[in-house]
Amino acid sequence: MIKNEFKKFLNKALIVTSLLIVGIIAACGGGEGGSGAESSEILIDGSSTVFPISQAVAEEFRVDRPEVQIPVGISGTGGGFKRFVEGEIDIADASRPIKDSESAQAAANGVEFTEFTIAYDGLSIVINKSNDFATCLTVAELKQIWEPGSSVDNWNEVRSEFPDKPLRLYGPDTDSGTFDYFTAAINDKEDASRADYTASSDDNVLVQGVSGDQGAMGYFGFAYYTENSEILNVVSVDSGDGCVVPSVTTINDGSYAPLSRPMFIYVNNASLERTEVRDFIEYYMNNAAELAEEVGYVGLSEADYQSQLEGLN
Amino acid sequence: MNKQESIINKRQKLHAIRVLRDRIFVVGFALAVVVGILGLAALLFDVLIDGLPFLNINFLSSYASRKAENSGILAPLAGTIWIVGMTALLTIPIGVGTAIYLEEFASKNRFNRLIELNIANLAGVPSVIYGLLGLAVFVQFLFNGSRSVTAGALTMTLLILPIVVIASQEAMKAVPSSYRDAAYAMGANRWQVVKAVVLPQALPGMMSGIILALSRAIGESAPILIISSLVWVTFIPTSPDSKFTVLPLQIFTWVSQPQHSFRGIAAAAIIVLLIVLLSMNGIAIWIRSKYQSRPDQ
Repeated sequence: MIKNEFKKFLNKALIVTSLLIVGIIAACGGGEGGSGAESSEILIDGSSTVFPISQAVAEEFRVDRPEVQIPVGISGTGGGFKRFVEGEIDIADASRPIKDSESAQAAANGVEFTEFTIAYDGLSIVINKSNDFATCLTVAELKQIWEPGSSVDNWNEVRSEFPDKPLRLYGPDTDSGTFDYFTAAINDKEDASRADYTASSDDNVLVQGVSGDQGAMGYFGFAYYTENSEILNVVSVDSGDGCVVPSVTTINDGSYAPLSRPMFIYVNNASLERTEVRDFIEYYMNNAAELAEEVGYVGLSEADYQSQLEGLN
Repeated sequence: MNKQESIINKRQKLHAIRVLRDRIFVVGFALAVVVGILGLAALLFDVLIDGLPFLNINFLSSYASRKAENSGILAPLAGTIWIVGMTALLTIPIGVGTAIYLEEFASKNRFNRLIELNIANLAGVPSVIYGLLGLAVFVQFLFNGSRSVTAGALTMTLLILPIVVIASQEAMKAVPSSYRDAAYAMGANRWQVVKAVVLPQALPGMMSGIILALSRAIGESAPILIISSLVWVTFIPTSPDSKFTVLPLQIFTWVSQPQHSFRGIAAAAIIVLLIVLLSMNGIAIWIRSKYQSRPDQ
């Protein structure tokens, strides 16, 4: 009984398997033949911070041009550049400028490219909602807290008029571009930071941490503050010209310094020869301001976008 | 008389202690079960509360969007089905074949034991390592930079192959050797014994192992992040050459967005992932009960 049923099962399985394999081989052949003829593709990969903007622009672009497929990846800024300099992708999303070593590799592979600044992010210093004294900190005070080897663990060590309250720190982990930029801007050296803070690659975890800890201080992208402004307080930053609170206006006009960071896309010049890529970049620069703000970032001025486009022609 | 009474007393006391100990352990084990179930129930409850309002036909049939309320999981759902299907096609013949060879044909010498030990060790390697291996071997070396469904499925195959081999070996070990001896006594050769006696008996156990392994492949995001990296895809894979994304990767992206509304659709995607997983487990249970042999048959 069992044996017969099993034999039937085995036969069926054999037939299904062979059919599937034949199907796969046929589909392989078909796929290769068809892909060139029908739809065109613009490949984007890179920073997960820039991803929401590229996704938003690609989504809107495809409303009018559904025949263009624009898959967007999140390999990270470094991972994206690695593919970009090999000529594997058309556009690299980047939360920092390309490094010399990376452009040297691009040159060695014969890849020429154009850089576009697409938006700003204001790294925001946040504290617990109950903290009403640390409304503004100077860059020097931030450095004192975050520099390597710092042992500041009480708010009254930061400024003597602050209350005696334990200070606990939250921040992105060392793989993050936010970490790179913050350490370079505050501690004057990229990747130089004290290490005894609660680190997470997920900014929402940092939001939870700071909102549940009265003595907490943390930093992350502007969007994570604006989405959680009801449960967090933001700290104004004084870089010598008075206290400036991060907002769309202060980030846009550059007065929120030194923690406004630009974000970029890099486009392969060979890809720019293709009309759909060129159209896409034009669409990108014409709509980035509005779409960046929709996903939580700050756009450039209209003139800044147009001058970059003029460089194209 | 007195002496007898005291002996009886003692026995009764001992008996009471034994009964008490029995109860304590029963309660202890029951508590252990409750902890697990409560944890699972709390998780499920949380996910269902967050995700159910978003779960509808539109969610299943549209592509991802920057607006949570317009987002859907068509591309990652299709990608997950492609990956799991192809991984199963590749893993089952290779894994079961390896297990049959090692268990039924290979002699138990030092070299073969070394192979078995290595397979067991491979089962414990972190999945991200397989992702890097797949990127180097399949994407860059074999497929010339194509980050296709095939590359993803081959990587997943490497990842779960050790689990399938070990589970299949265990299932075949559980077949009593007297069955084999009986078949040999009837004049059957080795392959006939494997085909007619060992495999049918071991099939239910093998199926459990294979389904558990495939369930792991469904839930993995790290290797796919390396192989595919795509999280915004507006097409369904039409061939093994296609680019793709999978559910865990989409969930990962949504959970890390700043906008709160994305957490709801992430929960909805988790529900879909759970349904896919449970239905696979259901198929395994069905096959197992269909082919399960009873001792009296």
